[in-house]
Amino acid sequence: MNNRNIALKVEHISKCYRIGTKEDVHDSFGASVFDFIKSPIKNYNKYRSYYKFGDIKPDQGNGPKNDQSDIIWALKDVSFEVKEGEVVGIIGINGAGKSTLLKILSRITNPTSGCATIRGRISSLLEVGTGFHQELTGRENVYLNGSILGMRKKEIVRKFDDIVDFSGIAKFIDTPVKRYSSGMKMRLAFAVAAHLEPEILLIDEVLAVGDARFQKQCLAKMKDIGQHGRTVIFVSHNMPAVTRLCPRTILLNGGRVHADGDSHKIVSLYMHSEKSTKAERKWDDMIKAPGDEVVRLCAVRVKTEEGSVTDVMDIRKPIGIEMEYEVFQSGYEMRVYFYVINENGVTVFPSFDSDPAWRGKPRQAGRYVNVGWIPGNMLSEGTFFITPAIYTISPNIRRYKVEDAVAFQVIDSMEGDSARVDFTGNMSGVVRPLLKWETQFRPKGSKVTTEAKG
Amino acid sequence: MKINKDSLTVIKKRSGWQIIDFQELIEYRDLFFFLVWRDIKALYAQTIMGFSWAIIQPLIQILMFSIIFGKVAKISTDGIPYILFSSVAIIPWTYMSQSMTVSSQSLVQGSALLGKIYFPRLIFPIAPILSKLVDFGFSIAIILGLMLYYRILPTWNLLCFPLFFIMMVSIPAGVGLWLSSLAIRFRDVKHAMPFFVRMLIYTAPIVYSASSIPEKYRIIYSLNPIVGVIEGYRACLLGTPFPWLYIWPGMITAAVLLISGAYYFKRMEQILVDVI
Repeated sequence: MNNRNIALKVEHISKCYRIGTKEDVHDSFGASVFDFIKSPIKNYNKYRSYYKFGDIKPDQGNGPKNDQSDIIWALKDVSFEVKEGEVVGIIGINGAGKSTLLKILSRITNPTSGCATIRGRISSLLEVGTGFHQELTGRENVYLNGSILGMRKKEIVRKFDDIVDFSGIAKFIDTPVKRYSSGMKMRLAFAVAAHLEPEILLIDEVLAVGDARFQKQCLAKMKDIGQHGRTVIFVSHNMPAVTRLCPRTILLNGGRVHADGDSHKIVSLYMHSEKSTKAERKWDDMIKAPGDEVVRLCAVRVKTEEGSVTDVMDIRKPIGIEMEYEVFQSGYEMRVYFYVINENGVTVFPSFDSDPAWRGKPRQAGRYVNVGWIPGNMLSEGTFFITPAIYTISPNIRRYKVEDAVAFQVIDSMEGDSARVDFTGNMSGVVRPLLKWETQFRPKGSKVTTEAKG
Repeated sequence: MKINKDSLTVIKKRSGWQIIDFQELIEYRDLFFFLVWRDIKALYAQTIMGFSWAIIQPLIQILMFSIIFGKVAKISTDGIPYILFSSVAIIPWTYMSQSMTVSSQSLVQGSALLGKIYFPRLIFPIAPILSKLVDFGFSIAIILGLMLYYRILPTWNLLCFPLFFIMMVSIPAGVGLWLSSLAIRFRDVKHAMPFFVRMLIYTAPIVYSASSIPEKYRIIYSLNPIVGVIEGYRACLLGTPFPWLYIWPGMITAAVLLISGAYYFKRMEQILVDVI
C-alpha cells in the first residue's frame, strides 16, 4: 500500500441539484380551477423529481440541446488528493461548489457520481454551536454538542474540565444556555469544538461569525491543529487567512477544480480572474447606477498625475482615485471615501475626502468629481482594488458601496530610486514606503561623526 | 489520543435497498444516548409539575372517558370496571400516539442539524420512541394504583407482557420511520398527522370493547396492530384470557410496518438533505 500517507482522496466527484422551474400562469378562471384540481399530481411529480435524476452524466445537462435545463451541477468531476498533515484552503466565488464539496466530504449529502476515500476520523466545524439546546444547561450542552461533533462520552468526560476552563464561563456552567449571552454561547461552543481531535478537520467559514477576539482564537487553534500533523480542509472567503494558514489552496470555479497549488499564487490568480476589473468603470444608465434617490455613482477611474486613465502605475508616482457622482437632492452633508484592497483581500487603508473647501458643508444637487491621491512610494507592488462608497452624515445612511469597482497594478521599474533600492528579489509587505534612513559611523579610533543629517 | 488510522470511509453514491448499518449505529451509540437524554431533560424543563405531567395527562383523559363512555354512554366492558378497562388501553395508546407524532416530525424538526453534520439519520426518528418510554414508565403507576384499588392480582398472563411491550414500541417506530422520511419530501404529513391520530383512537378498542365488533369484520379489524396491543395489555394485566384472534394479524402488520419502514427510511436517507 503506497497511499498510506494520503488522508483524503477525491475521485471524479459530481453533484447535481434540480432547481425550480417557472410555474404556468393561467389567463382564465376555468384554467386556474382545473390547474388547482390537478395540482396534487403536479406537485407530487415536482417533489419527486428533486431526487430522480435517471442516468444523466456531468458532461450532459445545461446544454442547449438537453431538456434537463432545470439541473445544475454544483460539482463537476472534482478530483484531488490531500496528504496527511496537509492544510489545504478551498476558495472560489459563491456558488463555485465549495460548500457542496465540504458537505460531501462530511457525509451530509451524497455525491451524484464519483467517490471519496477518507483515512481517519473526520470532523467538520461547519457552524459553531450546532445542536445546542436552549433548555439545557451549559454542562449538558457540552456533552450533547461534543457527541454531535463526534466525540465519545469517555472522551468528553476526560476533557470536560479543560473545555470549561477554555471557555472561561465556569461560573455559568449549570445555567440553561438560553440565559447566556450570545458571546458566552459562542465561547462555550468553540471550547467544545477546539477539543475535538480528529485526524481530518473540515472548516467552513467559522471565521465569518464572532468578534475579532474569537476569530483570532479560531485562527490560532487552526494553526495549532495544522502544526500537530493533522489534516485540515479550510473553506473561506478570508483570503489573508487562507494564505497565512494554508500552504496549498484549491480554487473552485463553476463546480470544477480551476487551479490547485501554492496558496499565494492561487489566491492572487483568484483575485485577478474573478475580478476582471479595469482601471475605469462607468455607469451610463443613471437608473441602474449604484446609489439611491439622494446620490448615485457615475464613474470611478484610476489615473496618473498627468491625467491619463491606466491600470499600470509606477510605484514612485502618486495614484489618483477619481470618483464621479451625481447628487440629486441638495442639503446632505456627505462622507465620500474609498477602500484600497490588495490582492490577498486585505484592506490596506480607507481614505475619507478631507478637502477643507467641502468639509462639513451640505452638497448642492449636481455632478461632482472627487479625486483622492495616494502618494508615490506608498503601496507595494501588486494588484489593488478600490471600493468607493458614500454615506450621508445625517441621517447616517450608506448610499452606495461598490466592492472592487476598479483595479490597478503597481509596478516597480527597478531603476534604483524606489524602496527596493537595488534589491530584485521577492519583497513581502502590504505597503512599501520609502523611508528616510540615517547612519552613524565611527571609524576605528575616532570620535562620532554623523553622516546624512537633515 | 487514540489514532485510528485504519478507519477508512468511502463516500460514494449509494443506491437502492440496503439493510440497516448496525455497525455504524453502535459507533454512534453515545450520540444516540445523548439525544434521547436531551429529549427527556428538555421536555419538562421549566415546569412546576415536572414528570407528574406524564401521569396527569393520561389520568385526566381516563377520567373523562370513564365519565363519558362509562357512565353516560354505558359502553359494555365485559364486566371489568370501566376506569380500569380504559386506563389499561389509554396508557399504551398515549405512548404510541405521542411517540409516533413526535417521531414523524423528527426529521423536519431537526433539519438544521441534518444539514450540518453527519450521523446515522436513523437516530432521529428512533430517539423519541425511546424517550417517550420514560413517560410511559411513570404513567404505568396509574394502572398499578387502580389494580391495587380493585384488588386485582397479577396472573401468569403477565409473562406475556414483554411481547406486547415490543409490539407497542414497534408500531410508532414503524410509523415514525415511514412518516418522518415522507414528511421531509411532502410536508402534508404535518397537516395530516394530528387528524390521523385523532381518528386512530376509534379504530382500536380503547373506549369500547373489541367483542362489540361483528364476527365477519374481525380479521380486517385486527389487522390494525393497535388492536392487538390493547387486547394483549388487557389480558396481561387484568388476567382475562388472551384473544389471540385479535392479536396475530396485528403482529404481522406491525412487523411489516417496521421492516418496510426501515427499508424506506434507508432509501430516503440518501436524498434527505437535498430535499429538506
